[in-house]
Amino acid sequence: MSGDHGGPSAPLAARVRHLEGLLEQRGLVDPQELDRALEAFLARSSPANGAALVARAWVDEGFRARLLADANAALPELALSMGGGLQEQRLRVVENTEDSHNVIVCTLCSCYPIALLGPSPTWYKSEAYRSRVVRDPRGVLREFGFEPGPAVQIHVWDASAESRYMVLPRRPAGTGDLDEQALAARVTRNGLIGVAPV
Amino acid sequence: MADRFSAGDRVRTIRADPPHHTRLPRYARGATGTVVERQGRHPLPDRRARCLPAEPEPVYAVAFAARELFGEGDHTVTVDLWESYLRPAEREPGR
Repeated sequence: MSGDHGGPSAPLAARVRHLEGLLEQRGLVDPQELDRALEAFLARSSPANGAALVARAWVDEGFRARLLADANAALPELALSMGGGLQEQRLRVVENTEDSHNVIVCTLCSCYPIALLGPSPTWYKSEAYRSRVVRDPRGVLREFGFEPGPAVQIHVWDASAESRYMVLPRRPAGTGDLDEQALAARVTRNGLIGVAPV
Repeated sequence: MADRFSAGDRVRTIRADPPHHTRLPRYARGATGTVVERQGRHPLPDRRARCLPAEPEPVYAVAFAARELFGEGDHTVTVDLWESYLRPAEREPGR
């Protein structure tokens, strides 16, 4: 496993700054271009995006099926995308059911669907979470205050390559009269990672 | 070149311990699992990280039983793996 990602990587940050400086000096990038791109990306990136997808999937069976079959193709229906980086990233949405529960991790670094969930929480990048959740997911979930029943099969997804993952949580009981917006407000970031129910 | 594996195939990961960057997690080395789906084609990071030529190759989601990886546990762990990390595995009796 690679090192702890809890703190900034000073040598790497210095190299990036140096490279940025050279690119600007040689007129290859506008000094403000990178900042603008980054700010625009982060302004669009929020767990509210993931929550909106989940709420739509809960009220629209057709959308739910399209989201699970090909998430990238379904995202534009809510004016969302996995673009923003060098290339559009593949998104895979995994659905919780009565008898199966999904949890997302990146054991090698901290891969995460930033466009849909915003910047990842610090614990997601911690060595403790990354190393333990693949081995003992029930133990880790218990520390988040969540204990799926013994009959529930736990599926851990290690997103350490080119795909990004998001959990489609189960719709909470007693929410039949809520509209899409009210449902979205119920969806938490932890629910989208799979360390909590919704 | 056609993708070597498809969903449902049993595969075994290589047991390499390379002295360079790799995206084959240590806990998933030398383990047998089942291909869940193909995920497209991407250059092998082991080569790209060393600035070597790397043609895009298939990446697969491969599901492993926790017991296969850790000797215990009743969950599954699905790992995204490049084709270079995988070899065909015989279907084990009783599985």
